[in-house]
Amino acid sequence: MKIVVCVKQVPDSAARVVVEHGEVTWGDAPLVINPWDEYAVEGALRLVDEQGGEVIALSMGNEQAKEALKHALAMGCKEAILVSDPQLQGVDSLGTARVLAAAVQKIGGVDLVVFGRQAIDGDAGVTAAMTARLLGFPALTLAAGVRGVSSDRIVVERAIEEGRQVVEGALPAVLSFTKDIGEPRYPSFMGIRKASRAEIPIWSLDELGLPAPQPHTSWPAVLNPPAREITTEMITGATPQEIAEKLVDKILAEKVL
Amino acid sequence: MDFSLSSDHQMAINLTRDFARKEVAPVIREAERQQQMPDFILPEMAKLGLLGICFPARYGGQGMDYLSLGLISEELEAVDSTLRVVISVHVGLNSMALLQWGTEEQKQRFLMPQARGEKIACFGLTEPGAGSDVTGIRSTARRQGGDYVLNGEKMWISLATRAHHALVVARTNPEAADPHEGLSAFIIELDQPGVSRGDIHGKLGVRSGSTGWLAFQDVRVPAENRLGEEGEGFKIAMSCLDNGRYTVAAGATGLIRACLDASLRYARERTAFGREIGKFQLIQQKIAFMVQSYEAARLLYFRAGWLKNNGRRNTRETSLAKWYATDAAFQAAAEAVQIHGAYGYSDEYDVERYLRNAKGEMIYEGTSEIHQLMQAGYALGYRVDTPLRKELPPYDPDFWQAIA
Repeated sequence: MKIVVCVKQVPDSAARVVVEHGEVTWGDAPLVINPWDEYAVEGALRLVDEQGGEVIALSMGNEQAKEALKHALAMGCKEAILVSDPQLQGVDSLGTARVLAAAVQKIGGVDLVVFGRQAIDGDAGVTAAMTARLLGFPALTLAAGVRGVSSDRIVVERAIEEGRQVVEGALPAVLSFTKDIGEPRYPSFMGIRKASRAEIPIWSLDELGLPAPQPHTSWPAVLNPPAREITTEMITGATPQEIAEKLVDKILAEKVL
Repeated sequence: MDFSLSSDHQMAINLTRDFARKEVAPVIREAERQQQMPDFILPEMAKLGLLGICFPARYGGQGMDYLSLGLISEELEAVDSTLRVVISVHVGLNSMALLQWGTEEQKQRFLMPQARGEKIACFGLTEPGAGSDVTGIRSTARRQGGDYVLNGEKMWISLATRAHHALVVARTNPEAADPHEGLSAFIIELDQPGVSRGDIHGKLGVRSGSTGWLAFQDVRVPAENRLGEEGEGFKIAMSCLDNGRYTVAAGATGLIRACLDASLRYARERTAFGREIGKFQLIQQKIAFMVQSYEAARLLYFRAGWLKNNGRRNTRETSLAKWYATDAAFQAAAEAVQIHGAYGYSDEYDVERYLRNAKGEMIYEGTSEIHQLMQAGYALGYRVDTPLRKELPPYDPDFWQAIA
């Protein structure tokens, strides 16, 4: 199988993301591979472990996005490709999907395009479906696992609110994985060395034959969540009984229960 | 002079940090209470390649350099000292000695499975009556035909009950004019008749680690299991310490960082007299000292790692790094507890564990006092390192990374 896994570089999940002067900032927190995409890489690698083939990691972003790709290489992906172009600054989900779809077509002969369920920065979670639509591939999203693959079909189990749903689609297809696929493997030291030495090709919009994207959505304003006011009151008493009674009175008075 | 880390180094750091934070940090407090090393730790460290990080791929290692060994030691101990102890013993004190002193056959037989993490290794130097004074070793290995017969007891041995192999120093010549020259080193397979062992409980620190004892009664050791030549045991043991101490120095650096990080978090979180306590100058002073000692300790072990990579003798520099980092870690941990106040005194927070673990580091692998004597000895010219018959081989990436 030839699998392309799409990964994104995002601020560390432990970073404190805030809005300052109308701009989103995460200070000097490190950028990491989107945690959901690690599951996607794991899912793709498990498939080639079983079926044979290769996994190519694909990302769109600036130079820093190479770190996400190196992480994917260190986990076991065979190659990595970065699409980078100054005109992609501030691109929306549809623009991203157009770029990724064009890159998948340029790679050629791809059986499966794999995503994480969403990126933890934008949280839109629509890029997988949009890319599928643009490629004309079926979109099998929120896959918890793969039940079977043949030369031209794939069966996946989807994790949905109501439970599990088994769906079958024709290959080539687009998949997005949830964390049910299993814990992402740690990189190996051999993988780490391979990743450090890898020459990651950078494709521009010109090379993909794409015009500068015209965003359909933009962010006119981003706001911090309203600050919550918390007051603390210590309830004291001579005995646990007395403290508990006062607490019950308070809870009733405040209409918590 | 280049202080930057390579991309390989950075990824080794990230991998080790992820493992320690995700897998070990959530369970360490409970393991510490139970005084039990969680069973997954050694197999998982083996699977990740940490147990063979700095050995050539042809010997089952990961082909990384000696600085990487320091970096992963720092990362492991930033979460818990017991993880770094595994590296110190298995890699630093035992496996690196096989790389340095072993015959090709010994490397194939013992280093290969150790570097792959299929066999766990420990180091038996200390005895109930012999610690800093290595010449006080009473264990004996008497030559009998093609074998040696080993008798004696080893104490405070990390991984004693987990290991498959032990590097044991015993007296082969009780008549030697210089008692240092009467010692020899042996690779002992521990699953054989005459070997008994157990864990020691009730330690102040590293409670979730495995620390124990080994006893040998008429254990037959084939002569081909002797490491180095007869009478070379003291020199081998000291070279082992050059590597073990390096990992302790790097680990203690990680412990200082853990103290600093915990203190920073708490100083920003906790309020007193109407402001966060980080705003108070006396708290700031404690934090400033932690920053200072972390940076200094890191540079000292970096230098020792650089010397090792370049095949240069580093006994003095490694001793200095170990002494400085462990004393500084104890200071940092004591101040971290102080910053945390009463909470720091309970195991609700990690800093009390840091303090207990830091104390041990000032004792094992050369007490702080031994290192002070060494440093003064070098400065006064009383102590000079003479070349060894076999030095630790310098790091050669082509040789290390090639599969033979």
